[in-house]
Amino acid sequence: MDETLLRSLTPGVLGILVRRGADFAAAEDAVQDALVEAVRVWPADPPRDPKGWLVTVAWRRFLDATRADAARRRREEVVEEPEPGPVPAVDDTLQLYFLCAHPSLTPSSAVALTLRAVGGLTTRQIAAAYLVPEATVAQRISRAKRTVSGVRFDQPGDVATVLRVLYLVFNEGYSGDVDLAAEAIRLTRQLAAAVDHPEVAGLLALMLLHHARRAGRTAPDGGLVPLAEQDRGRWDTALIAEGVAILQAALARDRLGEFQAQAAIAALHADAPTAEETDWVQVVEWYDELARLTDSPVVRLNRAVAVGEADGPRAGLAALAALDDSLPRHTAAAAYLHERDGDRATAARLYAEAAHKAPNLAERDHLTRQAARLNARPDR
Amino acid sequence: MAKYLLLKHYRGAPAAVNDVPMDQWTPQEITDHVQYMRDFAARLEETGEFVDGQALAPEGMFVRYDGEGRPPVTDGPFAETKDLIAGWMVIDVDSRERAVELAGELSAAPGAGGKPIHEWLELRPFLAAPPTITE
Repeated sequence: MDETLLRSLTPGVLGILVRRGADFAAAEDAVQDALVEAVRVWPADPPRDPKGWLVTVAWRRFLDATRADAARRRREEVVEEPEPGPVPAVDDTLQLYFLCAHPSLTPSSAVALTLRAVGGLTTRQIAAAYLVPEATVAQRISRAKRTVSGVRFDQPGDVATVLRVLYLVFNEGYSGDVDLAAEAIRLTRQLAAAVDHPEVAGLLALMLLHHARRAGRTAPDGGLVPLAEQDRGRWDTALIAEGVAILQAALARDRLGEFQAQAAIAALHADAPTAEETDWVQVVEWYDELARLTDSPVVRLNRAVAVGEADGPRAGLAALAALDDSLPRHTAAAAYLHERDGDRATAARLYAEAAHKAPNLAERDHLTRQAARLNARPDR
Repeated sequence: MAKYLLLKHYRGAPAAVNDVPMDQWTPQEITDHVQYMRDFAARLEETGEFVDGQALAPEGMFVRYDGEGRPPVTDGPFAETKDLIAGWMVIDVDSRERAVELAGELSAAPGAGGKPIHEWLELRPFLAAPPTITE
């Protein structure tokens, strides 16, 4: 059974139920029930009209639940039984994205709600993907649904908030049986089809360009492989080409945003046949654009590293010196630039210090190895 | 079944037998050490004894309530703190003996020179509900 097809139908089905008068929380429960039912029934008895099937089953579940719930009796009276017939073609997908990324939600709640209501993932799948107990995710989703229960479904939402949520999903990587990066790309493609916005295209291009390089980014044992050492033959050239094409179309519209600028930097890396042939001067220029758009210290740190490649390690260290040394990865960047400048002892000390501050295990192991490599005893 | 917390210390535990700071190891020694820990966890997953485990950053902070909406934060652990936890693993085993056996195995992770570190690991049983029937 095509689980991706099933999941891609989720937002449309949910939207129809809400249009018919179901409140969001109850409709979302009913759609989840219908999805579970579809997984059970479809392999033996595939429906001719999958979406119509899901709408019928979900609507029946919603009515059953509403009838069973005495407290909802009054609401039931307001809801009219719809005429039988074809499902309306109005696409509510965009409204669902806005609702699930509502600014009143915490990021983790918005992410969980988006993955379930728009992505059609089960609570168990989300829990596995985030390595937290299923009860934790169920709790996040029900709280999120309560929070947005008063939000009117037809209000225009904020695209930037939706993009931030999708960006968070993409950055979460991979665990469990759902590949969150691939899921984020699927949802962003769906969003790009529903809304015409250069930053949506920018985010989609950025995701595709990063995803294309994924196979080269980790060693078989799970360790990090830095960009310069990656086997570029393992990058997915079809995804890179698609990302570049989407980015170019977005940039041509002359409404630059941070995701387009980030994608432009990713495209310059993806385009280079070797690390040495990277157009570092252009990379620095895009970081300047990005710094202008976001004023983020992390961007300025990355810019300093790019300056080190474009103008030499001394120039990079000078750019780094202008920044707060408590920034994440500041020490790691300094260690790298000192090593390129030939100062192995300082580099080794800074690598060890950076490992101490590393935000995750893969980075810590990588930085510790760098320190160990430079500290290697001559007798061994 | 009983749950135990295995605690690995940055400092505070008695010195290991093979006590060489990690940044003085060879890259291969680090790889072997990391692989040993991964294999250990994977094996416990297979036996159904693995519950959870995480590594902890050496730097944290102390936070306390100080009135509505203004929790003060201070760097920590404080200088006089003797103990510093590096990471933990929760296991669910049949007996105390099994817990001790597994802690011993984890303590034998290879370090400098490929020899076991023999580091001290702290082993703490979880507090659980009393049994309904005591045999």
